Amino acid sequence: MNYIFDPAAAFAWCLEQLRTLATLVHLPVMAGEWVGSFLVMIGLFTVCSVIVMILVYGERKIAAHMQSRLGPMRVGWHGLLQVIADVIKLMLKESFVPAAADNWIFRAAPYVVFIPGFMALIAIPMDRGVIPAHVNMGLLYILAVGTPGVIGILMAGWSSGNKYSLLGGMRSAAQMISYEVPLVMSVLGVIMLAGSLDLAAIVEAQKVPYIIYQPLAFIIFLIASVAETNRNPFDIPEAESELTAGFHTEYGGVRFAYFFLAEYVNMFVLSAAAVTLFLGGWKGPFLPGWVWYFAKTFGILFLFMWFRWTFPRLRSDQLMDLGWKVLTPLAFLNLIVTGLVLVLLK
Amino acid sequence: MSTEISSIGALETASMNTEEVTLNMGPQHPSTHGALRLILRLDGERVVSAQPDFGYVHRGMEKMGETLTYPQYIFLSDRIDYLASFFNEWGYCLAAEKLGQVEVPRRADYLRVIVSELMRVTSHLIWLGAMGMDLGAFTPLTYTFREREMVLDLFEALCGQRMTFNYMRIGGVSRDLPAGFVDKAKAFLKYFEKMPDVYDALLSKNPIFIARMKNVGTMPTDMARSFAVTGPNLRGSGTALDLRQSEPYSVYPDFKFQVITRPEGDSLARYQVRVEEMRQSAAIIAQALDGIPEGDIMSKVPRVFKPPKGEAYARVESCRGIQGFYLVSDGSTKPTRCRIRVPSFANLAVMPTLLKGVHVADVVAIMGSLDFIVPEIDR
Repeated sequence: MNYIFDPAAAFAWCLEQLRTLATLVHLPVMAGEWVGSFLVMIGLFTVCSVIVMILVYGERKIAAHMQSRLGPMRVGWHGLLQVIADVIKLMLKESFVPAAADNWIFRAAPYVVFIPGFMALIAIPMDRGVIPAHVNMGLLYILAVGTPGVIGILMAGWSSGNKYSLLGGMRSAAQMISYEVPLVMSVLGVIMLAGSLDLAAIVEAQKVPYIIYQPLAFIIFLIASVAETNRNPFDIPEAESELTAGFHTEYGGVRFAYFFLAEYVNMFVLSAAAVTLFLGGWKGPFLPGWVWYFAKTFGILFLFMWFRWTFPRLRSDQLMDLGWKVLTPLAFLNLIVTGLVLVLLK
Repeated sequence: MSTEISSIGALETASMNTEEVTLNMGPQHPSTHGALRLILRLDGERVVSAQPDFGYVHRGMEKMGETLTYPQYIFLSDRIDYLASFFNEWGYCLAAEKLGQVEVPRRADYLRVIVSELMRVTSHLIWLGAMGMDLGAFTPLTYTFREREMVLDLFEALCGQRMTFNYMRIGGVSRDLPAGFVDKAKAFLKYFEKMPDVYDALLSKNPIFIARMKNVGTMPTDMARSFAVTGPNLRGSGTALDLRQSEPYSVYPDFKFQVITRPEGDSLARYQVRVEEMRQSAAIIAQALDGIPEGDIMSKVPRVFKPPKGEAYARVESCRGIQGFYLVSDGSTKPTRCRIRVPSFANLAVMPTLLKGVHVADVVAIMGSLDFIVPEIDR
């Protein structure tokens, strides 16, 4: 009946086949699950990389057109293969560790930054029933696993043996911890409305997108996500005009690529979370769910890019002021108002 | 604000051991605008002291002035401040003309005014873009470069060069206006009219930009004067010193324009002064284009220029301040002394005072707002 690719069915079918296969070769059913999980992970990693490639290309093109330029035009049609060329370039570069660096911490940092973002992606539903790992407290899970990324940035900043990196790492830690608070607080209103921490249930609960009921929370969430992903106007940890490249000044090649990957994956995760929580997730008329999901998410991502190429950067103390003195009280206010309204309506 | 920060700082030092960090900003750094090194002593994010270290682009311009003949030096003077080439040429030519008592034809003077004011516009455009970039807004730069490109095309049509022109001569200019120059220049002015509003929309109407610029790097007018700061930086501190009006040279008395001042003396004031100055320059260019007299572009200057014994000092209002040339002649074809007064040097000299106690992020904002060109400082 549905000629468009239905990922939910495909996903279920694949898992079923794997279970059957496991029983056929006299392995416990769980083995099928394990292999399934492994395959899901590889699949997700691929999806993740492809998304990042699209984002990088999109960002370069969007930036270029905002700046009356053309952007990449040489490699492939309208520079479509530019990202691939860049990835190959990064792969082929020497993995260089500066003499002053703390070797193992320096080497580990990019992965510590990347993995949390990737882990958070697992729990976000892309369509009805398409959720790589269904966690019944999905929202708590993505907020929790999203946090350790800052440790990686701190590790990178500390271990590089470079003062700019150190400043960048410190700024990043201060910033991400500060903005974690309004981010979480803004989400609480949604939880109260939906009565669940399950992301799929939250999407199902949205008869109308929650942005209608929670516009303030949405704005706070958006601003805090920009700050969480260290992007302009909150990109002070890697402020290139002050700190050259902040915490990843000393990184090159594949390790730099991981930081880059992490930034975009985090951006995607937070946009996807915003879509799930406030914009009705996969829901939408006519088109299949996953199309809506990606369309909405890329819409938010476009906003991120728009910010980046329009705004100047805040100073670190102004950033703290905004986080603690404006966003956090507003998030609390939103929470109180939501609670009161819910109680009164009951 | 500052008391808050210092009390927090005091708390920290009371409870744990902290130490100051020395940070070398530059000579290779994205926002030192050339090879300038700043030795910053940092207490956390705050600057305790800043010491500029320059000389990385020293080319011996003044010494070379003694080994080259007067006309030969003009092409070199282009390279003192590569974003204000015409002003260097003009200053040098004025000094040499004073020495040799050479009259400049009015048409040549008008051409000099037109190209120099166009140069001022391009220099301020670059500054505007770079300022935005220092604050993390990359996009304005591409817009200002787009506009600058149009002016550079005009320069190219005029003298074949886009950056270092070698256009002026002692006693006039080397080439007359090419066909269609006036129309093209007028078309540019018409296009450029609305542009400051575009930049305003991108930058100065943005609360983040205001927050980054307002009350940052405040330079009271006394401080500015005591450091001999000139140009837009001084006018941003409330002193209306503009040689084009206070000590008019060439044909500037013919034109009506305002000297823009702002009393605040902060980075935002310097920004506003420069944006307004672009408008004023455009007004001067429009008047000059309308009023170009007919006539020669060169006066009769002997092929071998040998000014009589003596000395001369001439100064022009360049886009960064007062650019002066002091020449001493012993009656030969080469000056015995060529001293250059560059505005950027004074504008840099005020930096250590301005940078005391500010955030690292503000170092960049202040440095950007002072608009110095490092090769000019080093000469």
